Amino acid sequence: MRDTRSSRILFQIGAILFALIITTLVLFLAGAQPFAAYKYIVLGAVGSWDVVTNVLVSWVPLLLATSGLLVTFTVGLWNIGIEGQITLGAIFTTWAMRLLQNSGWNPSLILVIAMLAGILGGLLWALLAGALKTFGGVNEIFGGLGLNFVATALNIWLIFGPWKRPGVASMSGTLPFDRSLWMPIAVGSSRLTPATLVIAIVGIIAVYAMIEGTYFGLKLKAVGRNPKSAYIMGIPTWQHMMASFAICGVFAGLAGAVQVTAVYHRLIPSISSGYGYLGLMVAMLVGYKASLAAPVALFFAALNVGSIQLPIILKLDSSLAGVLQGTLVLFVILGHGVRAKLLKKTKVSS
Amino acid sequence: MRVELRGITKCFGSLRANDNISLSVPPSTIEGVLGENGAGKSTLMKILSGFYSPDSGDILLDGKKVKIDAPADAIRQGIGMLHQDPQDFPPLKVIDDFILGKKGGLLPNRKNAARDFRELSSRFDFSIDPETYVDSLTVGERQQLEILRLLWLGARILILDEPTTGISLPQKEKLFATLKKLASEGMTILFVSHKLEDVEALCSRATVLRQGKLIGSMEPPFDTRVLVEMMFGKEVPQEPKTQLQVGTTVLSVKHIDLDGIRIQIKGVNLQVRAGEVIGLAGMEGSGQTLFLSACAGLSQPVGGSFCLDEEEKEMTGRTYHEFRKKGVAYLPAARLEQALIPGLSLTEHFILSEGMRGFFIDRKKSEELAKSRISLFNIKGKPESTVESLSGGNQQRALLALMRDPLKLILVEHPTRGLDIESTIYIWGKLKERCARGTAIVFISSDLDEILKYSDRVLVFFAGKVTPPLDANTLSVERLGRLIGGKDWDTLGTEAAHA
Amino acid sequence: MNNSALVTSIAGVLAAAAPILFAVIGETISERAGVLNLSMNGMILLSAMGSFAVALATGSVVLGFLMGAAIGALVSLIVAFASLTLLQSQVAVGFVLALLCRDLSYFLGNPIMGKVGPRISQVPIPGLERIPILGTILFRQDVMTYFSFILIVAAWFFVFRTKPGLTLRGVGERPTAAYIRGANVNRLRYLYAAIGGAIAGLAGPIYSLSIKAGWKGTISGLDGIGWIVLSITIFGGWKPFRAAFGAYLFAFLQWLGLVLQPSLPSVPSQVLQVAPFPLMILTLLFVNIGNAEWVDRSLARLPENVRRDIARVLRAMNATPPAALGAPFEKE
Repeated sequence: MRDTRSSRILFQIGAILFALIITTLVLFLAGAQPFAAYKYIVLGAVGSWDVVTNVLVSWVPLLLATSGLLVTFTVGLWNIGIEGQITLGAIFTTWAMRLLQNSGWNPSLILVIAMLAGILGGLLWALLAGALKTFGGVNEIFGGLGLNFVATALNIWLIFGPWKRPGVASMSGTLPFDRSLWMPIAVGSSRLTPATLVIAIVGIIAVYAMIEGTYFGLKLKAVGRNPKSAYIMGIPTWQHMMASFAICGVFAGLAGAVQVTAVYHRLIPSISSGYGYLGLMVAMLVGYKASLAAPVALFFAALNVGSIQLPIILKLDSSLAGVLQGTLVLFVILGHGVRAKLLKKTKVSS
Repeated sequence: MRVELRGITKCFGSLRANDNISLSVPPSTIEGVLGENGAGKSTLMKILSGFYSPDSGDILLDGKKVKIDAPADAIRQGIGMLHQDPQDFPPLKVIDDFILGKKGGLLPNRKNAARDFRELSSRFDFSIDPETYVDSLTVGERQQLEILRLLWLGARILILDEPTTGISLPQKEKLFATLKKLASEGMTILFVSHKLEDVEALCSRATVLRQGKLIGSMEPPFDTRVLVEMMFGKEVPQEPKTQLQVGTTVLSVKHIDLDGIRIQIKGVNLQVRAGEVIGLAGMEGSGQTLFLSACAGLSQPVGGSFCLDEEEKEMTGRTYHEFRKKGVAYLPAARLEQALIPGLSLTEHFILSEGMRGFFIDRKKSEELAKSRISLFNIKGKPESTVESLSGGNQQRALLALMRDPLKLILVEHPTRGLDIESTIYIWGKLKERCARGTAIVFISSDLDEILKYSDRVLVFFAGKVTPPLDANTLSVERLGRLIGGKDWDTLGTEAAHA
Repeated sequence: MNNSALVTSIAGVLAAAAPILFAVIGETISERAGVLNLSMNGMILLSAMGSFAVALATGSVVLGFLMGAAIGALVSLIVAFASLTLLQSQVAVGFVLALLCRDLSYFLGNPIMGKVGPRISQVPIPGLERIPILGTILFRQDVMTYFSFILIVAAWFFVFRTKPGLTLRGVGERPTAAYIRGANVNRLRYLYAAIGGAIAGLAGPIYSLSIKAGWKGTISGLDGIGWIVLSITIFGGWKPFRAAFGAYLFAFLQWLGLVLQPSLPSVPSQVLQVAPFPLMILTLLFVNIGNAEWVDRSLARLPENVRRDIARVLRAMNATPPAALGAPFEKE
């Protein structure tokens, strides 16, 4: 076998087929009708203008998280703490909005400040993980996981403690903000907010341009591929790692701010919606390359939204989307391995 | 046991590491296997010990063909190999390391093993405490541990790959006594080395490999001149050196103490002057690398100080990047691991090393830069070639091309290791060009000819001890070799070139 | 709090630590061989769900436990195959499996949500249970808690006192050297990944067939345990006794959180539940800080005797991972 574009595409198609086969088997195992399940997922994602806008609503935070992760992956870091960074972004946004909601300021100004506060929250939490890694020798995976739990605890404490609803605190979150403080919704849609859509698209383009076209991006690549050589070449290694944590934190914080200002309009216990972890999956699936991130993230968002109706229609759990996404990424990784093995064999025998 | 190799061939990619090698070694023999770095000695021995499988050829023991596909097979046949880097387990206790690999039983019989260990130790006059940890032993002691272990496993054929590298002189003498004793008891020993002196002192026959081929064998009395010619081809006459223009001091090293993982260095003094070349000689692991990396701020001294430029700038405790800003460059030996970035192209390397200004990469300008450097340094590669696709010689040229200009001081580990003659001459030509423009060079090499040919002054390292700077013009290969081996150190005080 | 309540609580802490112990010891064995199994979080959920489903269908808790071990071994083998044979990143594959197994357990476990099934009960050991205080603490537990005590000692004995254990350490530390001494490195890595996975897989049924009997999907409270297990493995320095100490410390802190709840009414219980996590980060910080470069650099400036003392303290706390953890082995 040769290292050609077609063989690469062949393996990717193979991975998709395998993922579908495994998911179908899982559906049989659950006693469900696989084709009905797939049909309702597709209908649930593209069946009406309303669900399509829902997919876009879900795409925005996922794409933001993925964009940030592409930067940390470029420098060779596994920023698993992104979940906590999203949560902190949401907390800081809520905090800013609570402080300003009765100030009588222009709502747009309040929203801008709230978004900036969210960025600050994500940034601080990411720098904390970075500092643990750089100055404490704590692997970013374990430091990040720990910080995720702390962020969750902080969030729940706020919802049930200082920021609880009048009367009784509940898992449904804080009291929703006044409609005037919602991110403006597009005409003819129930939830789509064009402003956040623009932020996400500008974000991924900026990340792509930065990684592929700037000196800074090239230095990140160098550190990611071989930190020792990069250091010898005069590139400050840990400073670039911290910078990439910071950039990822900015994106994560934005994702959290979007969740509060445009999606839930309040703080809820699971405010990150797992977009951080899902973003890691998207980044792995696209081989850490920015060019494919947007469409793949859109596909993942469609799967998530498409499976929301499954429990009601087919009495199936909506985690089917996760099963499909997980098997897909797993088989793509396995496919990489098999292909590399075959390529090596061809090289040796020729 | 008689060991016979018949028509052994082994290729790595396009490189023929062993080319149809046949060799027969009778019992009670210490067979010296000689050759320079890369001659194919280690590969041949790794085939005999089952670490590699040959592409073709047979191994016979006492005339019987045996199949050796894995080290386990070799152990079963009584073949034991002492690798150049002792293949032991630093975090384990000596006794655990000793037991690891011994077949049979769920529970190790520590008591018996310790008893056997002590018995074997006393037989060869070794003194290792079985309850200490392997990482607290010297390299020489770790070799002794390996030898004891192989004997305990019942080895009847012992292979030693460059065993005299990194051990002290008394340890070497002890090792030689041990090997002679073992041979007299009927052991077959293959002693791999590129050191003539060791082979002449120890072996009952010497076989020379060059570029993967067996060149010939010789029995004592050895004619050194002939052996050298077999190893290196015709002897190259030394050309006279041009007189050095002594410049101002670029680096002064004052009473530096260094604390490495296995080695400690005390009180080094050195003034490096603009335009001169200083060679650091010694067996690998004698402290040269530790010293050189400290000169670049890559490791921190525990005492003493470094100053750049006529004592102007105190640099002790500064990072490598601060040294770098002041005009110091460091070229590590492990090119792909520590100096270049696999996966990035030549162009990208040039962009990174230039430290270009601006935000977006100027593609056109950087491509032009890459093209001009590639032709200037005669690199066989395209701007878009990734560095790992280049040959070793071209990688080294790329490293030189990546160095900024001007520089005060270049620190190089093994500038020409693994390179062919043409690249070697080219690399030194480029380095000397820098010297002519006032750059000082400090380099490590294990090649004595390289040390003598290119250095103005030489520091010899031996087990953490460092000679004062010696004038290269008055230094002979023989004297250098003796110093590297730990001899004549008491006479040094009087004749050191003034620093 | 009176004495007997305290004794019962300690007994409860020991029981609550049992599943974590199994998981941590399993992971320790796998990592000792060089295989990092990051899928732990999803694997525990899947084995909890799978074993409960089997026990529910067959009425046999034994089959349930076997199912748990089988799921653990299978997931670990996927990680081993992807990393050892296909040379892919252990972190990437482990992470994908952590999410995939979690979603699989929620999806497949949907029909058995909230059902009441078989569970194991406490088996007091006759005679020994009457010992004052100790009897209640140690000898009125369920079978798996007894096994967890044995497991600590057995794992320690295996790793540090047997020949295969010695080879296991060698394989994770320096695979090339182990290969030269006749060990079949990749086969052993597969073996210990499977064994470690099977042991860790028992953590699932200990939850779903004992201390949190049943399957409650996303509100089972099991999501997150696996990540803690991975932290405790590091905290334990890949040594069974130190790992056990970490597991008990974690269970104790969680219990402490519940006890403190009434006296701190303003703090929601969820917060106290996660209180051990930041403490875990702090301990990781202490365990790792000796490896940081700036520590070396600043130590170098101190007087020699002070430097040596600090270095010694750092080394004692430090936990050095198996040198070849996560790295594939190829002989040529």
